[in-house]
Amino acid sequence: MMSLIIFLGVVLVLAILYMIFRVSNLVSIAKGDVDEKGSTANKVNAALFIVFMVGSLGWFFWYSFAYYHQYTLPVASEHGKHTDLLFWITMAVTVIAFVIISIIMFVFIYKYQYREGQKAKYFPDNHYLELAWTIIPAIVLAVLIFTGLRAWNDITAPASKEAELIEVIGQQFAWTVRYPGVKDKQLGAVDYKLIDNFGNEFGLDLSDKNSFDDFKSLELHMPVDKEILLKIRAKDVLHSVFLPHFRVKMDAVPGMPTQFKFKATKTTQQMRDELGNPNFNYEMACTEICGRGHFSMKMIVIVEEQEAYERWKASQEAWLKQNPDYMKKVPNALKEAAMIKAGMQKDPGSSVAEVKD
Amino acid sequence: MATTDIHTHQDVHHHDEHDEHEHHETNFWRTYIFSEDHKVIAKQFLITGIFWALLGGILSVIFRLQLGFPDMNLEWLKPVLGEWITEEGKLDPEFYLALVTMHGTIMVFFVLTAGLSGTFSNFLIPLQVGARDMASGFMNMLSYWFFFLSSCFMFTSLFLETGPASGGWTIYPPLSALPQAIKGSGLGMTLWLIAMALFIVSSLLGGINYITTVINLRTRGMSFTRLPLTIWAFFFTAIIGVLSFPVLFAAALLLIFDRSFGTSFYLSDIYIGGEALAHDGGSAILFQHLFWFLGHPEVYIVLLPALGLSSEIIATNSRKPIFGYKAMIGSMLFIAILSFIVWAHHMFVTGMNPFLGSIFMLLTLIIAVPSAVKIFNYVTTLWKGNIHFTPGMLFSIGLVSFFLTGGITGIFLGNSAIDIQLHDTYFVVAHFHLVMGSASFFGMMAGVYHWFPKMFGRMMDAKLGYIHFWITFVGVYLVFFPMHYIGIAGFPRRYYSWTNFETFGGFTDLNMLVSVAAILTLTAQFIFLFNFFYSMFRGRLAPANPWHATTLEWTTPRNPGHGNWVGEIPSVYRWPYDYSKPGAKEDYIPQHIPYSETPESNLPHENELIKLETSNGSGAIIVEGSKH
Repeated sequence: MMSLIIFLGVVLVLAILYMIFRVSNLVSIAKGDVDEKGSTANKVNAALFIVFMVGSLGWFFWYSFAYYHQYTLPVASEHGKHTDLLFWITMAVTVIAFVIISIIMFVFIYKYQYREGQKAKYFPDNHYLELAWTIIPAIVLAVLIFTGLRAWNDITAPASKEAELIEVIGQQFAWTVRYPGVKDKQLGAVDYKLIDNFGNEFGLDLSDKNSFDDFKSLELHMPVDKEILLKIRAKDVLHSVFLPHFRVKMDAVPGMPTQFKFKATKTTQQMRDELGNPNFNYEMACTEICGRGHFSMKMIVIVEEQEAYERWKASQEAWLKQNPDYMKKVPNALKEAAMIKAGMQKDPGSSVAEVKD
Repeated sequence: MATTDIHTHQDVHHHDEHDEHEHHETNFWRTYIFSEDHKVIAKQFLITGIFWALLGGILSVIFRLQLGFPDMNLEWLKPVLGEWITEEGKLDPEFYLALVTMHGTIMVFFVLTAGLSGTFSNFLIPLQVGARDMASGFMNMLSYWFFFLSSCFMFTSLFLETGPASGGWTIYPPLSALPQAIKGSGLGMTLWLIAMALFIVSSLLGGINYITTVINLRTRGMSFTRLPLTIWAFFFTAIIGVLSFPVLFAAALLLIFDRSFGTSFYLSDIYIGGEALAHDGGSAILFQHLFWFLGHPEVYIVLLPALGLSSEIIATNSRKPIFGYKAMIGSMLFIAILSFIVWAHHMFVTGMNPFLGSIFMLLTLIIAVPSAVKIFNYVTTLWKGNIHFTPGMLFSIGLVSFFLTGGITGIFLGNSAIDIQLHDTYFVVAHFHLVMGSASFFGMMAGVYHWFPKMFGRMMDAKLGYIHFWITFVGVYLVFFPMHYIGIAGFPRRYYSWTNFETFGGFTDLNMLVSVAAILTLTAQFIFLFNFFYSMFRGRLAPANPWHATTLEWTTPRNPGHGNWVGEIPSVYRWPYDYSKPGAKEDYIPQHIPYSETPESNLPHENELIKLETSNGSGAIIVEGSKH
């Protein structure tokens, strides 16, 4: 019943609109007012452009200043500060250009509206003007390009050897993190053909001794003020690691490991204090469409002081210890080393272990 | 060819509606359905384009409902969407992705490529260069019918139980290659690929025709430097299309092999659905390179025709020559060339070699220079004009405004360092919807309003045009401008909902605003639709040259028949922008008026040309006559 009333209402409104249209049409024909250019419509359109310009620029500036803290994310990485600076420099340059050109354009539109007897200026070209506005944008862009290039080169430069190695793995629809373990600080080799449904979700190759102490985490823990090298891969389709507060984004590609190095500058606690939000958490999201659950690929990111981070790492159980069934995949010669490294057997002495390695 | 003289154009008006040269025996089918007349084909493209635009717009409103009003009960859509509405009255997340994908595909290819180029290249090239029809009318007809077939496949895919393609309009594998990854990658994706293959055939048939016609069928005196900017734009567009669409075809073909024949061009190291796939050694990045080798030129395939149309309309309605005619051609040429070597700026953070990123960043930002030149030239064209705000002019001004607003954000995104944060966020969505989507859409609208009198012999209602423009102009800004803020805040695109993330918790108000504005903007399009179809049959009869324009199409009869001109095709003596020439009697001198008839307004070097007019003209006749 309700929908019928709505339907009839819509029909009625449309019919009325149509009648208004017909009547105004007939009136304008009766008045002989068919040539619009001298009519009030021309003046109204010209004036509306000025109204539009003032209104939209006003709204733009008001919103941009009033809501600055809502639409900007606090930055928590070293290169992020740099790219943010570049972003705002570009913003300043482009907004100045944008405002000037917009105002000039809309003012011209208003000022040079049709007037009876007025004749337009025949002005087909002017090489000086054209040269000027080719060269000026070119110079401005060159400056932006070179600052951007330098930042890009720094960001994508190889990571240092001491960088903290962490692997992020994307799959439909969750992230997993693998740490190289506290004993060897090397990620063990993986092969996607070794992935199974019983526990070896990484596809760990247990004939590689580096894999013994690797451990899995469902939170991304990172030390503050230390270079971090994220090794990124995907198991099924494309994903993309996005750490918004750290200005980090890199696709996860099946068959092609990628990486991103950066340095976090604020711990989770520092950020909580700064924002006055005791529940704040850094988050990791997926930004490459990956299927039904694309929007739900969240992982909590925790940045802590170096000592706290080391303590956390030391408290984590090696993957092999959690999945002792896989000991049978370890070659016999390495079994003892595996037991020690995975923390399943007491280490008889660090020097001995190293000799065995 | 019959004899001619420089006054041929005067005869043209005497025997209107009496086509003696091109009088075929035609039936309904050959006149309206399988027509080889470029004007009819243009209208076919236009009507099909409008159908797709409406559908694409409706799809976007459905997903905007989800984004703006995530708690809304969508039960009432069940009669239309059926199982895609879940038990709780929500949109299915996978269908959301299907909507996004189909909206993109439809708008980019079916509306702004076929609907825009197909309509206006077809309609205007023969009319403005002075040709009876396209070089091959038959190929032109095939071009439309391949497009129609392609449309049928794409449309059918919307009704599949597993849904249409849902991996984004960029159809990146492995997602698009593996039906186990998403339902839409099943039959929906197959139909998508078939539809696109047919679409490419259509586009190539059209493009080759446009190029050939512009090169070979220009009327006497229509040198390249006398071509209207519309034709230059269509010409470049067609060249870009002919060079880049085959690459998409190759990419799609390899994807078909990967999907159906077990090859591994794009697939490697995949473990999905509990099993490791045998595919080995492929590269997912390869597809992205191939796709964007078309994908980026495609942006200019969409944009250049719109810029061409608006150049013409702005000059006409400012009553001024377009400022910097040669600079406009040069910048379009430069854009066309650069469009082929910037594709990887879509891929800065895909794991591509960072050095490649630096190169593409450099090339990408260079493209801003010719774009800036175009904007400055538009603004200077308005300066000291005598502007008539016809609906076509309003939409052209809207185009310039969008091109400026959206172009400027390209400087952020082209900078690889800044792009790290902005890539795949709403900032990108805002950027390309303004600079390419809305700008091109406005160019198309401007073209429809401006050339409607030539297409249908009647005028569209101007007042409805004003209302349509203002609601759409403000509406588009309200839809896309707030997205910049949402993007700076890091909101990723193609998200069904952001509530899982604390980081993306805000902006429910802006998202609501965007959705309301989107609904409003779509509603305003019905004003256009009414105006369009009403005026087609009941609009005021159009005068021969309603906008007092200079180009050749306005020398044809009110309803030109197949062959366009009755009698001789007019010759061309001057460039197309002699508006408000000092000394001239009126504020425009059409292209077919020889300098010998306008001694009062000729510039010194043009007086020199008078001698050539007669000697050239008669010389041409002798040469022509000796052939027969």
